[in-house]
Amino acid sequence: MNKRVYMDHAATTYTKTEVLQTMMPFYTELFGNPSSVHQFGREVKKHIDTAREQIAKALGALPEEIYFTAGGSEADNWAIKGIAYANRKKGNHIITTKIEHPGLLESCKYLEKEGFEVTYLDVDEYGLVKPEDVERAIKENTILISVMYANNEIGTIQSIAEIAGLAKERKIYFHTDAVQAVGSIKIDVKEQNIDLLSLSAHKFYGPKGVGALYIRKGVKIISILHGGHQERGRRAGTENVPGIIGLGKAIEIAVNTMDENAARIKALRDKLIQGVMEKVPYTRLNGHPEKRLPGNTSFCFEFIEGESLLLNLDIKGIAGSSGSACSSGSLDPSHVLLAIGLSHEIAHGSLRLSLGDINTQEDIDYVLEVLPPIVDRLRQMSPLYERVKGGK
Amino acid sequence: MNFIYFDNSATTKPHKEVIEEVADCMEKYYGNPSSIHKLGLDAEKKLKEARERVAGLIGAAAGEIYFTSGGSESNNMAILGVLSPGDHIIASQIEHPSVIMLLKALQKENYEVTYLDVDKNGIADTEQLKDSIKDNTRLVTIMHVNNEIGSIQPISRIASIIRDRNKRTKFHVDAVQALGKLPLNVKQLDVDMLSISAHKIHGPKGAGALYMKKGLVLKPLIFGGGQEGSLRSGTENLPSISGFGIAAQIAGTDMQGKADKVKELKAYFIKRLQEIDKVVINSLMDEMHIPNILNAAFEGVRGEVLLHALEDYGIYVSTGSACSSRNSKHSNYVLSAIGLKSSYLEGAVRFSFSYENTKEEIDTAIEALKKILPFLRRMRK
Repeated sequence: MNKRVYMDHAATTYTKTEVLQTMMPFYTELFGNPSSVHQFGREVKKHIDTAREQIAKALGALPEEIYFTAGGSEADNWAIKGIAYANRKKGNHIITTKIEHPGLLESCKYLEKEGFEVTYLDVDEYGLVKPEDVERAIKENTILISVMYANNEIGTIQSIAEIAGLAKERKIYFHTDAVQAVGSIKIDVKEQNIDLLSLSAHKFYGPKGVGALYIRKGVKIISILHGGHQERGRRAGTENVPGIIGLGKAIEIAVNTMDENAARIKALRDKLIQGVMEKVPYTRLNGHPEKRLPGNTSFCFEFIEGESLLLNLDIKGIAGSSGSACSSGSLDPSHVLLAIGLSHEIAHGSLRLSLGDINTQEDIDYVLEVLPPIVDRLRQMSPLYERVKGGK
Repeated sequence: MNFIYFDNSATTKPHKEVIEEVADCMEKYYGNPSSIHKLGLDAEKKLKEARERVAGLIGAAAGEIYFTSGGSESNNMAILGVLSPGDHIIASQIEHPSVIMLLKALQKENYEVTYLDVDKNGIADTEQLKDSIKDNTRLVTIMHVNNEIGSIQPISRIASIIRDRNKRTKFHVDAVQALGKLPLNVKQLDVDMLSISAHKIHGPKGAGALYMKKGLVLKPLIFGGGQEGSLRSGTENLPSISGFGIAAQIAGTDMQGKADKVKELKAYFIKRLQEIDKVVINSLMDEMHIPNILNAAFEGVRGEVLLHALEDYGIYVSTGSACSSRNSKHSNYVLSAIGLKSSYLEGAVRFSFSYENTKEEIDTAIEALKKILPFLRRMRK
């Protein structure tokens, strides 16, 4: 069999066996509805409370500040729309960035149609938001600032505490989409003055279909899913019990093993970056050299199409991505790569290889062996490359 | 563990085949269906299979199925998706909390809602419906089967009334409790949208779907990456969705046979309840009620106390819907709507069956009731 290397952990991770095993009893004997008042329900509810505690502990939050959702996109939608509508009387201005996840950007675009005003901040060449730009954008009627913790495409980690501090001074709510950050880097919502935070289990070896929104006590927010009294009346729908249990376990494992995993994955990441930059000419590393997620690498190879590169890598058993999985079906260049100042042509030649805990030195060696000749072969087909090589 | 589970309308025990599918997806098909590499494509194929299976159970085309996180999300998505400020909405008084609570919230904004009365059987007043449809009636939302008393609404008749009165009015049906119990065909029923949920048909929790008739335009509830035809963003919960597909396939197999079995159970339960005095059956054995739900009110006891007493015998039931059972304020709106006498109102218990239940379990329940009731009733005096 062909060698298989999975380097698309930012799109989704496999579910850890321990996580799956923790979930299984909740499909079999513990199948009750947590809202049922009988034993079947009560027992299940206890376990949900445990999962809530596990998440709270991982974030430095209180258990009653954790609300389960169906995933990161729902959490982002809830945070943005929920805050906007609940605080409309105070103001209608929202500040965010140009490099947010679509779940957030599309919610903002929707709100613009509903009469809200949204400022989309620029980022620098590394994808960093400048706190002074945030400060400048704040107006009388600003009710929310939302800046993603770490970018899904280029891995850049923002100065969250500093920006959140600015928001706090002005009594403006601060939300961060931490879907890519949770489980990989240390977060403390109290120390960092975060009011709302979105997370998703399947990005840190938990199951798909479950996420959470941290809502600091006292934050004024409305629901986007109405119905039963679940999640203290804030998010209706029978709880995805196995998913929630899996989320709790996954976050616990992630936090307990964070230091050693991050160090190991970071070392592999740096070898991969170094190797690619050395072996493949006309290549650009996207994102920040240091302020970047331990598992993220993102490159742009001039003169080629990212899509062809991906397909060729896939044939060799390497799973990567051109940008975010959500938009990988689209032909438009990534909004993130355009925001860091790349031209359309260059942005088209992007490749994201995101590492996780299953990757090894061997995987890196394999990629470094397979990738350069593929890039070279694809470039041979580019008339532009021929001209550049010919020194014209 | 020896127990009798008569709470299948709250949630069901997932089938073994479903659990195996869920686990298999987590282990082997963990790719993101939106990724274009092999793992992603494999996952996408699984997603497609599940969509076809779920569509098959309700007579829809696969492209008309939009996966959600469950029935409540489907209901919210359908209702909010078609409305604009100033619209008029019609619903019955006995809708699920995910509909009622949403409509209550909308009434505080610039929306008008008419709640149709129901008769003593829990059937919505179609004459009142005729009179209520106006020019600005954008949506009629009616549940197919009520979760507390199992009453079945005449969906196709309601559809034809709506079509007759206002071409612009959309018809949404909450079919969460009907799925797998009644043969459903969205084309024959002539509905525009229909909500379903996996965990009520021995599928996993955290997965549901909204059927949306081809051509209908909906405003999404969750914006983002553009999954599910841009109508419901977020990485697909593939293991649960795929488990839903398997559950749908099993539910569609020998549906009549399973219904017959449940019918026999309910008939037997009702017959044996005659041995107990001062009981009112709120969900009769007729074509107006599904056989899976038996709602009985016992005079002189509190439902919750009876529930816990039955629990001591290993028998699990519910007082109303699980969704409202922790919120006593709302627990009785369905029974009040059917005009249940106040002396019985607080003594209602819902026994909800699966075809996996047995007559012996009913015998045990009856014997338990005979021991419990006199004691509890004496205590109340």
